Amino acid sequence: MAVLRRNLTAYGFLCGALFCFAVFAWYPMIREFVLSFQETNLISPPTWVGLDNFGYAVNDPAFGGAWLATLEFTVLALVFGYVVPFAVALVLNELRHARAYLRFVVYLPVMLPPIVAVLLFRWFFDPGPGLFNQILDVLHLPGLAWLDSPTTALFSLVIVSTWMNMGTATLIYLAALQNIPSELYEAAELDGAGLWKRVRHVTIPQTRLILLLLLMLQIVATMQVFIEPYMLTGGGPEGSTVTVAYLMFQYAFTYQNYGAAGALGMMLMIVLLVFAAFQLRLTREDTR
Amino acid sequence: MISVGARAVAGRRAARRRSRPIEARHRTLVSPLELNSRWGRRIYWAVLITVVAGFTLVFVFPLYWMITGAMKTGEEMAQMPPTLFPADPTLDAYLEAWDLFDLGTLLWNTAYYSLGGWAFCMAVDVSAAYALSKLRPMFGGVILGAMLATLMIPAMVVLIPLYVTVVDLGLLNNPWGLWFPAAANGFNIFLLKRFFDSIPRELIEAAQIDGAGALRVLWSVVLPVSRPILGVVSIFTIVTSFKDFVWPLLVMTDSDKMTLSVGLSQTAGMVTQNAVMGGLVVASIPTIIVFFVFQRHIMAGLTAGSIKG
Repeated sequence: MAVLRRNLTAYGFLCGALFCFAVFAWYPMIREFVLSFQETNLISPPTWVGLDNFGYAVNDPAFGGAWLATLEFTVLALVFGYVVPFAVALVLNELRHARAYLRFVVYLPVMLPPIVAVLLFRWFFDPGPGLFNQILDVLHLPGLAWLDSPTTALFSLVIVSTWMNMGTATLIYLAALQNIPSELYEAAELDGAGLWKRVRHVTIPQTRLILLLLLMLQIVATMQVFIEPYMLTGGGPEGSTVTVAYLMFQYAFTYQNYGAAGALGMMLMIVLLVFAAFQLRLTREDTR
Repeated sequence: MISVGARAVAGRRAARRRSRPIEARHRTLVSPLELNSRWGRRIYWAVLITVVAGFTLVFVFPLYWMITGAMKTGEEMAQMPPTLFPADPTLDAYLEAWDLFDLGTLLWNTAYYSLGGWAFCMAVDVSAAYALSKLRPMFGGVILGAMLATLMIPAMVVLIPLYVTVVDLGLLNNPWGLWFPAAANGFNIFLLKRFFDSIPRELIEAAQIDGAGALRVLWSVVLPVSRPILGVVSIFTIVTSFKDFVWPLLVMTDSDKMTLSVGLSQTAGMVTQNAVMGGLVVASIPTIIVFFVFQRHIMAGLTAGSIKG
């Protein structure tokens, strides 16, 4: 009786969350799977089409380019968004002054709505009176076409993305660096380890787990890049910034082809789940 | 003459400051001894100045450029070379932006969606975490596992089936279309449950002996001691919904129901550049104020959440 009553109360408290998760989290996961094998435009009833949606996506001329652009974006975003924050955190951790200011300032862009950062940089990238070309002009350097040229467009997106996201990683690294016991550095110093050796043999091994964890998190986040191409380039110029997430969005909301969007989403999810699974294993190791 | 005197004073002050050792309470990469050697100190100050200047330039200057850009005229904005300070600062662009973007409506909508979503999300997630942590029902572990599993699914991928679901339920242009999915937040439940787990059993048993029911225990015992985590979860929930772009873009499509981010993105192509900047400044102010006030909570939550998340 008591057990039954305890369970009833518990499920009373749980029912709100169970409803939200069931309808808006678990069901869409199943729906995603179903959707990728159906043809539907949300108006006429869906029909089963087998693997046609996957075939449609793979045969789309934009398909290969989208994966390449996503890969290129991810790699570039990692070079900047992954390596730079660690280096910055290393330096910040050595400073004894202005720490609060620097921490505040580096996280400031993360607090802004992404649309603010994106529209602000759209103006900076303006090949005419944009800030970046104005700076180049003051330095007597030739201006760049930024978003308007297939060679620099993707790189420009990486700049925006790094500017608005690097604060998070920096602060997480900083917290990890502060947890390194002083004795380790002292011991390394007694053994005659120079600055570089101390970084190499104390700092990096001590923060290895966080480094790997954030690497996985960042890969998963950057491979879903959408707002930057959607707002800044619309996939152009010459389709050089069509990412997988952008292509998926186009399938669904420009062509109303929800099935193809579902199929492309499934492919993206399978790739990302590999990284997510690896991340989960690392988290387990971390909590142990 | 004045500048020479000022420089001398500054120099003296700098000399006094430099003569004091740079304190190093917590030993880091560079040893205190190295840091306070003659060259160590010089390098330290050079690095400090470079970093402070660099950070200001990279992270603050764009915001300065945005704020002052809106105070310039169209011609001044396009001028080469640019002016560092607006020649004739006006607030016209802000007023223009307020009218053109209908910022009053957008701000009101965004505040309503954020705060309403926060209230609903907290009610749902706190009671769920409480049930999973303290009431321990049958299959509690399975339910928690299924909730956390949703964190593994990439947000962009689930976007399309979620949209289809919301269309089926007729929740387009309805705030519940934002609030229901936001409440299904596995991360909130994880953070709350982990905190509730750390509340000693004796505290709850004492209340139960006094005859308190489950709801009473939650309200009078669990919630008061959980203030820190409630604060962190609240701030993150509100800020996330304020910043959100893609989901409101799909769900709230009526122009009088749009959020600030969506409204700005839709109208930005049709108005002058300085009006756009005015709109962006207005959109940034709420988040910057929240950051100023709750800085400590935000940073604590960031590191606590992501390291163990």
